[in-house]
Amino acid sequence: GPGGGAPLENANPLIYRRSGERPVTAREEDDELPDSIDDREIFDLIRSINDPEHPLTLEELNVVEQVRVKVNDAESTVAVEFTPTIPHCSMATLIGLSIKVKLIRSLPERFKLDVHITPGTHASEHAVNKQLADKERVAAALENSHLLEVVNQCLSARS
Amino acid sequence: CLENTDPRTRGRGIQLLSQVLLQCYSQLQEKEVLHLVLFYESRLQDHHLVIPSVLQGLRALSMCEVLAPGLAVSVLKAIFQEVHVQSLLQLDRHTVYSIITNFMGTREEELKGLGADFTFGFIQVMDGEKDPRNLLVAFQIVRDLIAKNYALGPFVEELFEVTSCYFPIDFTPPPNDPHGIQREDLILSLRAVLASTPQFAEFLLPLLIEKMDSDLQSAKLDSLQTLTACCAIYGQKELQEFLPSLWSSLRREVFQTASEKVEAECLAALHALSACLSRSVLSSDTEDLLDSFLSSILQDCRHHLCEPDMKLVWPSAKLLQAAAGASLRAYHRVTHSVLPLLLEQYTKHPQSSQRRTILEMLLGFLELQQKWGHVEEDESTLLSLQAPVCSVVFSALTDPSVQLQLVGIRALTVLGSLQGFLSPSDLELVVDHLVRLTLHEEDSQSSEAAMEAAGSLAPTYPEVFSGRMVPRLEEELQAEREEESFRDHCSLRQRCLQALAAVSTHTSIVRETVPVLLQHLRKVQKGSEAGSAQDLVSVCQSLHRVSLQCQQDAEGCWYYHQTVVPCLLAMAVQAAMQESTQPLLGKALLEEEVLAAMIPVISAATTHLSPELAAQSVSHVVPLFLDGEVSFLPQNSFPCSFQPFEDGECLEAQRRLVALLMAFVCSLPRNVAIPQQERLLRELLALSCSCNCPFTATTAAKCFAGLVNKHPAGQQLDEILQLAVNRMEPGLTEGPRRTQALTLLLWVTKALVLRYHPLSSHLTDKLLGLLSDAELGPAAADGFSLLMAESPDVLHKGCHADVRIMFRQRFFTDNVPKLVQGFHGAGPDVKANYLKGLSHVLNHLPKPVLVTELPTLLSLLLEALSCSDRVVQLSTLSCLQPLLLEAPQIMSLHVDTLVTKFLSLTSSPTMAVRIAALRCAHALTSLPTTVLLPYKARVIRALAKPLDDKKRLVRKEAVAARGEW
Repeated sequence: GPGGGAPLENANPLIYRRSGERPVTAREEDDELPDSIDDREIFDLIRSINDPEHPLTLEELNVVEQVRVKVNDAESTVAVEFTPTIPHCSMATLIGLSIKVKLIRSLPERFKLDVHITPGTHASEHAVNKQLADKERVAAALENSHLLEVVNQCLSARS
Repeated sequence: CLENTDPRTRGRGIQLLSQVLLQCYSQLQEKEVLHLVLFYESRLQDHHLVIPSVLQGLRALSMCEVLAPGLAVSVLKAIFQEVHVQSLLQLDRHTVYSIITNFMGTREEELKGLGADFTFGFIQVMDGEKDPRNLLVAFQIVRDLIAKNYALGPFVEELFEVTSCYFPIDFTPPPNDPHGIQREDLILSLRAVLASTPQFAEFLLPLLIEKMDSDLQSAKLDSLQTLTACCAIYGQKELQEFLPSLWSSLRREVFQTASEKVEAECLAALHALSACLSRSVLSSDTEDLLDSFLSSILQDCRHHLCEPDMKLVWPSAKLLQAAAGASLRAYHRVTHSVLPLLLEQYTKHPQSSQRRTILEMLLGFLELQQKWGHVEEDESTLLSLQAPVCSVVFSALTDPSVQLQLVGIRALTVLGSLQGFLSPSDLELVVDHLVRLTLHEEDSQSSEAAMEAAGSLAPTYPEVFSGRMVPRLEEELQAEREEESFRDHCSLRQRCLQALAAVSTHTSIVRETVPVLLQHLRKVQKGSEAGSAQDLVSVCQSLHRVSLQCQQDAEGCWYYHQTVVPCLLAMAVQAAMQESTQPLLGKALLEEEVLAAMIPVISAATTHLSPELAAQSVSHVVPLFLDGEVSFLPQNSFPCSFQPFEDGECLEAQRRLVALLMAFVCSLPRNVAIPQQERLLRELLALSCSCNCPFTATTAAKCFAGLVNKHPAGQQLDEILQLAVNRMEPGLTEGPRRTQALTLLLWVTKALVLRYHPLSSHLTDKLLGLLSDAELGPAAADGFSLLMAESPDVLHKGCHADVRIMFRQRFFTDNVPKLVQGFHGAGPDVKANYLKGLSHVLNHLPKPVLVTELPTLLSLLLEALSCSDRVVQLSTLSCLQPLLLEAPQIMSLHVDTLVTKFLSLTSSPTMAVRIAALRCAHALTSLPTTVLLPYKARVIRALAKPLDDKKRLVRKEAVAARGEW
């Protein structure tokens, strides 16, 4: 990481403002009315994931955006597109995996998840997408204790 | 024995002698001491088994006042020569340090006679020391060597080596450590040594630079803090050689770190370096290093300021600001280069988000200028850029982006605080902008920020604000607009009211705004519009804010009190009488919410009065209520007489005004005598028991309680309390007014519990008894919350009530055992009342007390989790949650019950309970991992269900909890 090891791939990246906490509405506080799962709710789950390289969140690096999140609560589907900061970013698979794991842990089981790279933004887009879509590979990756530790680090709250 | 050939026996002999000396060293004669010293010195060459006892003896002798000159030096020489200190045990090494410390305390001149040999001797003594207890003493000795100017001679580097080898401190006290030495003690003690002399600089600075690059965050932090400490005593000479490396390390850390702590320490160190260079006295031929140092900072950071979207923009700005904030000279040097750049960048970047970043940086530099006060200096860059700075800030105020507006408003506040910076015409423009934003900006954040800015600038420029802002607000408030929608009109009026209050931060302005507000209050009361109660409340809220703002100023406070209190009373009395003849007109003023909004106004106008003025006021207000004495009111011709304490159906409206009496009389300073107090108390008591209107009865009870709490102890108080008990007790037992009696009981109990009055325990027992009452039980249980919580209008510190700080703990100790006992003895239908009462007491107890009391109550709390009352569930969960975080060891014993109960409550029909249960399930993760492991799979499975809860707020907690598991 920073401080000791290899130089960063992209030391001075473009950064974006964090959106604030979603304001709580009166409707949300009403015990009776149901709130459906919407794009913002999914975005809130993934926007504060830490980038594996920078002390910044995926939202601050614009790797994830609310417009690239699509949810259909009734049909139980979620699709997330993410955009690596540079086309050769070697961390793309790790970032995708972190997003996927966060969603697996945070969403009801009925949901079918699709996490992929925003078309045209990464050199090995196809290969990365294939890995992320392959259930067995994802499961195997998470058996790897070193990899799991890195993913958990990305998902941990910032100190 | 001392001459015995067996060293053990000899040792025991010397030990005995040393023990005796430790007891009686103060009574020895000079000659005896001489003998003993010579004996002990010779024994230093003896067998190693004997040495510890010899050292004890020398320690005793080192404390003798009659020790002849020269002996201290001779003892130390002998020790340095004969004893290999580091091969001794910890305790014996400690003895050696004690001997040295004792001599340094009493024989400083003699030891200094030894010259650098003493320093060298000590270096050998401590070289290799490992024990933290001894290190603390040794570090103190080194500090004294340096602070008291002992000769270091050629041994500076050795002394540095023998101490710096411990840097950075890497020590974790063992668990159950009885010595209580913390890592922090050693860090601070060593830092005091290393940063004690500029002579160490050439060795220390390279070490710090190296450790700043460490992978350990603690080493980084320690290095940075030590560097900051050094800058306090270093000069340009010490730093010169290392400045480039220091700067590059600091820059690297700030540019790369993820840790706010590291960043903050880097900035502090840079600030200290810049301050140190600014302070150094230069001889005529040396170069000013500050200049070249700042140049290199500017060179490395300046260009990043031109990339307001990029990651390094903020780290660069912070570095520049840290360096600039160190001195006026540094500030000029940096701003001379940076301010024109930022102004130019602002023009170059048209996007609001980029402009916001640039303006925020500019604001940072403007705030630094505040540190130096006024801007009179000829060389001030800021003054020369007055016109472009103002134009940038004004342009931000008219930008459509609210975020940019907000930064612009903050910048405006800072510019206004720099005396002499804004010209009179700029100032008028400022006020115009603030008025526009206050009234017409759609976004409420900007509008509120503009009001606050007006409030903070008004004391500096009172004439401009009272001449230019107040009239505009008044005009808007009075304007009758047909064309606008009702809604817009309301919100505009609302903003006028808020702004009038916000800008009232100077006495001269208060004198203008208060009449406007009162005028408006009269107008609303006379009008017959729907929703006028809400309007009245808004005016009262503004009046309240004004009263808080003029409390500190005696003259303003009296003006306010004299103007507002009689006016409100007159309007209320008028309304109460009107109602008896014309039931509809002017009724809004008597509505509960309006009276409730008037209470804080009158209270805040009263609490800060001087006793003399308060006495003057009380001599009018009390006769008004007791005798209908209306002559002091501004409009005092009324259709009938004011007699709120008389019986009669038609007087119901008048009785409600007891709320205003309470606001006034319960806020008076304790030393103000209340005329006819006993009569007043009797009337209040009667009203609280007999009145059918719950609002009036409760208010009378509160007023009674507020007065009783401040009443001096003695016979009079006892009599009035007895009277209260006599009225309450039959009322509680039976009859139509049991609720009123309970309310009175609660408030009187609270008044007495707060002041530790002996009768309070009798009343509390009464309350405990009511918990098993089928009708009053639930209300009595909720009453415990009233007893424990801070009440907003009476019986709190702010209104001078007699409140003992530990009353909650005391109440807990006295009554919780009774609650627990009552719970076990109670029937199934009333058990919940006891749990509820207990929950209220626990909820208000300070957390540290709660944690210590936990073990005795835990089983009851666990039982409470099964109670079906959701108030009990909720408060039990909110009790347990902090305990899980703070006392994980105790909670671990009950993990099985906790897991089961929490998980089952996550499907409660009440959202608040589901949320609290999930927070508790989340907090469970602070228990030790080994305790949790057996439950992991089960909990994660169970938490999948609330992920699909119909409420978003519940899902959010479920995500957090499940993620943590």
